Amino acid sequence: MSATTAFVSLGDLRQRRRAVSGEAPVSGGRSSSAAAGRSGCGSAQGPQDMAPEVWEKVRNHPCYSEEAHHHYARMHVAVAPACNIQCNYCNRKYDCSNESRPGVVSTRLTPEQAVKKVLVVASAIPQMTVLGVAGPGDALANAGKTFETFRRLRAQAPDIQLCLSTNGLALPDHVDEICALGVDHVTITINMVDPAVGEKIYPWIFWDHRRVTGREAARILHERQMLGLEMLTARGVLAKINSVLIPGVNDDHMIEVNRAVKARGAFLHNIMPLISEPEHGTFFGLTGQRGPSAQELKAVQDACMGGANLMRHCRQCRADAVGLLGEDRSEEFTPERVAQMEVVYDLERRRTYQQEVEAQRQAHHAATVSAQAGGAKDAGQELQVLVAVATKGHGKVNQHFGHASEFQVYELDAAGARFVGHRRVDHYCQGGWGEDEQLPSIVQAINDCHAVLVAKVGACPRDELRAAGIEPVEAYAHDFIEQAALAWFADYRGRVARGETVHQPRGDARIRQGAFTNRAQAA
Amino acid sequence: MALKIVASTCSGCSACEPECPNMAIREKGGVFIIDAAKCTECEGHFDSPQCVAVCPVDGCIKKV
Repeated sequence: MSATTAFVSLGDLRQRRRAVSGEAPVSGGRSSSAAAGRSGCGSAQGPQDMAPEVWEKVRNHPCYSEEAHHHYARMHVAVAPACNIQCNYCNRKYDCSNESRPGVVSTRLTPEQAVKKVLVVASAIPQMTVLGVAGPGDALANAGKTFETFRRLRAQAPDIQLCLSTNGLALPDHVDEICALGVDHVTITINMVDPAVGEKIYPWIFWDHRRVTGREAARILHERQMLGLEMLTARGVLAKINSVLIPGVNDDHMIEVNRAVKARGAFLHNIMPLISEPEHGTFFGLTGQRGPSAQELKAVQDACMGGANLMRHCRQCRADAVGLLGEDRSEEFTPERVAQMEVVYDLERRRTYQQEVEAQRQAHHAATVSAQAGGAKDAGQELQVLVAVATKGHGKVNQHFGHASEFQVYELDAAGARFVGHRRVDHYCQGGWGEDEQLPSIVQAINDCHAVLVAKVGACPRDELRAAGIEPVEAYAHDFIEQAALAWFADYRGRVARGETVHQPRGDARIRQGAFTNRAQAA
Repeated sequence: MALKIVASTCSGCSACEPECPNMAIREKGGVFIIDAAKCTECEGHFDSPQCVAVCPVDGCIKKV
């Protein structure tokens, strides 16, 4: 059973609400430790582990459900340019269409333009089920624009779920309106629960008509974040916590953040790597603060698995991203193009299409359940490996190695297959078709994996992958990912048992820093 | 007595606009400008100019 994106049942949420409000727990309820990632609530799988009303909120939300992210798409509209705090990892001045990271956006939109864009995209991509306001500043530092967008969209496309993300400073002031507008999901970026750590991350906040700096700023921000989270939990709004992992600053502290947000009823905890390069112009970028390696990130995520449920499929997307999480189709929907497009909001067509998506998803789910059950039979095997998978969606191994802009990483052992992350290897900034030049960086990105499962791979990269000790595997093309991964794993263990293959540990891998490459530098 | 926004460094984020007690700030061509005739540097309203306090770009807003 997947533990990486496990979810909390409503019973747990109620329990936490009681914990927050100081009420005594009702005997016979699940203890909150039962919600720990590894235990039986691993409900990335389906509705059986979740209260129906919670399942209904997350089932089509790619950012809240690891399973849904294979099938459903989201979009962000950049209606919120202003921010009320400064973070050392953020520089919103920088704008490049070739770069992908939070806070970056090509064009700001008015609420009216945003709604038109959403309707156009919803018609072109019927599996787009979620609209988020994620900046490029703070959704609630621009509360007027954010809520105006939501109000207009609610009236015209009631089937689209609304969500927003915030640093939390203004959150307590807006919980009523969030509830009134039916915003189901709120993401709060919480990087610390100790102002002594916070002052290394936040140089200042704008609070009560003053610029507040130092530890005082971090203390106020921390108190507002915790209050906002408690208020959301008390009102039944699902809260996801994003944390930026900054080696040497908050990596040892992350387990405390995880505990604190879990105690206040956070639904999911998403620990993301710091994106930091000098060319981004951020404080951390300019001072040489590095981001974590793939294994450093995984180690912190694994350490937090006993606490609040972890999310590992976050793509740290742009504030104007469109599409499935692993893709960005925002270029197809520039303001010029959207202005020329006619809006045909066909709810019936969207429903029909989503029924097909749901059928694929059920098939994926069934295949995963049976594959995981099969994997568990061979318990006793000590082997644990990572594999990289090239997928275009639908939960299948269905992408050509050379076309992959990212690989999904699964951990395999006697307990089954678990999604543990993804690695970006975008080539879209390269002039030409540079599979050969790209290869060393792809190897670096998946260097901790024993195999890479693909629909197809060319002869050249195949040889180079083998030379690097990563087995290229085409045998499971178009199979469901978990099924394919476990079938390969069974074969691999067989080969190891027979002495045909010598099992060797792999090294660490590099996390790609945004998609900033040649063309952007030349421009 | 007034402030001005250095257009070349303004990121157009709009954070300053709603903070101005004198409604002196508006957008022009993707960046923001201060109407010097209306700007009081927040004297009588706040301890420090609000646009400067909230602006994410150091040195973007200066005395005229």
